[in-house]
Amino acid sequence: MTDSSDPDGDPAGSGGEEGAAGAAAVDGGSAGPVVDADEVEHVAELARVRLEEGEREEFTDQFAEILEYFEALDEVPDLDREEDLVNVMREDDIEEGLTQEEALSNAAETEDGFFKGPKVS
Amino acid sequence: MADEYDAFITEETIEGDAEGRLAGTTVAVKDNISTAGVRTTCGSEMLADYVPPYSATVVERLTDAGATIVGKTNMDEFGMGTTTETSAFGPTRNPIDPERVPGGSSGGSAAAVAAGEADVALGSDTGGSVRCPAAFCGVVGIKPTYGLVSRYGLVAYANSLEQIGPIAGTVEEAAEALSVIAGPDPNDGTTRDPTDAEDADATVPEGGYAAAADGDVDGLTVGVPTELFEGADERVVETVEAAIADLEAQGAETIEVSLPSVEHAVQAYYVIATSEASSNLARFDGVRYGHRAEGDGNWNESFAETREAFGAEVKRRILLGTYALSAGYHDKYYAKAQDAREWVRRDFDDAFEDVDVIASPTMPVLPFELGESLDDPLRMYLADANTTPANLANLPAISVPAGEADGLPVGLQLVGPKFDEATVIRAASAVEDR
Repeated sequence: MTDSSDPDGDPAGSGGEEGAAGAAAVDGGSAGPVVDADEVEHVAELARVRLEEGEREEFTDQFAEILEYFEALDEVPDLDREEDLVNVMREDDIEEGLTQEEALSNAAETEDGFFKGPKVS
Repeated sequence: MADEYDAFITEETIEGDAEGRLAGTTVAVKDNISTAGVRTTCGSEMLADYVPPYSATVVERLTDAGATIVGKTNMDEFGMGTTTETSAFGPTRNPIDPERVPGGSSGGSAAAVAAGEADVALGSDTGGSVRCPAAFCGVVGIKPTYGLVSRYGLVAYANSLEQIGPIAGTVEEAAEALSVIAGPDPNDGTTRDPTDAEDADATVPEGGYAAAADGDVDGLTVGVPTELFEGADERVVETVEAAIADLEAQGAETIEVSLPSVEHAVQAYYVIATSEASSNLARFDGVRYGHRAEGDGNWNESFAETREAFGAEVKRRILLGTYALSAGYHDKYYAKAQDAREWVRRDFDDAFEDVDVIASPTMPVLPFELGESLDDPLRMYLADANTTPANLANLPAISVPAGEADGLPVGLQLVGPKFDEATVIRAASAVEDR
């Protein structure tokens, strides 16, 4: 996301709750993930996606089915990656890029050559 | 005949150079590939008015080679779908049977070629999105080896899996377009020159990939994995088996191979793809580009309200990916999916010790009727069972028409070793020659 600060002033943050809930679910073992409507709403908040009327319930049912299918990943053996990854480097030379006007051309709101975002709080 | 199948979102011409190996060729470009000055919507309300200030490398290469771009094709929103029905601009119809879907997510690209509205089209393939619509529309589609074609200017959905690939009426035409768009690009650090790849047994034919479309499969060894035939529609299996028998009649040898890992391919694919999507699509915040909601709430409220404009399938995938990556679930889903990805890669590596290409149905089903699968996302995901393994293993794959069943096209998929596009092109040209 663009801004990692939490303007809600909640220092624990929603991530902490998610961690606790997640750990509990994993500790629960064979029962598998239980996704309820509140959890779907919570994940939507984390992702900053507002749901439309009815989507919360619809997604809850669908996620239960999809996550149950994902459970089969438990049967996959632990493997170390054998990829041949190499760094791709280049000289840090100044090159021509977009003009400021071009970079701003698709923005909903600009001011004095800057993007203008919504208020932070 | 103005786009009677709704294959295009925007019909606008970009003239190419007067000369080049694609001079006189018309090309339709999927609407998630940037075109300077021509809007690029990704099939989404979020980008309905977005006009890129630069073109993708593949678009530059096409026009430099003399091709004329004829328009931007319809697609599942951000490439997320198997039917082209999740587009915010309405579904594309299959030119072979307009009551059926053209496949997805590059459905507009395949339909444009099948309907004769373009000679060639570009699609993008993250989990089968070039091969699926090629199979459903009775045309040819190539998913290149990861790193053969530049993704610069492709609006990202799942970077580690996707490649841009050509769709055309014949293997030779698709191969020629691939030659034009392939090759290293300084703007995409994941691109490689296939002849420099030490770990790959790559041969690029002199004159380009089209030269490999010579139909000569004498002595070629074709692997047939039982796992990719089990559970497929019987009519599809019969058609594909007949096509493979024809390859044998032309001198190819077939042997059974086993790929036990592919039973986990769809699970691994959807965990990895949705995880990457949840990160990639965070950029759509309404500030720098794209739709922005009117509300005057604070940053977080405004952000969430703007992103309400995503369609249901995109929201589903962002949420699934956010969930899979969240604390407590990361090891259970994302880490295991990466293990499965490595397993799939090793399975193919082992199989290619014994065979030159691996053949299977492209899609385990015949084209869906419009509206048939929209309410059942898991059923739609399972249709990607045969295409996702090649993305997970970074391998080249092609879908070529194998024949028809009940009047509907059936695609045969051929997967080859890394950067060995030439062999899958050669084998596919023998399938269409028979």
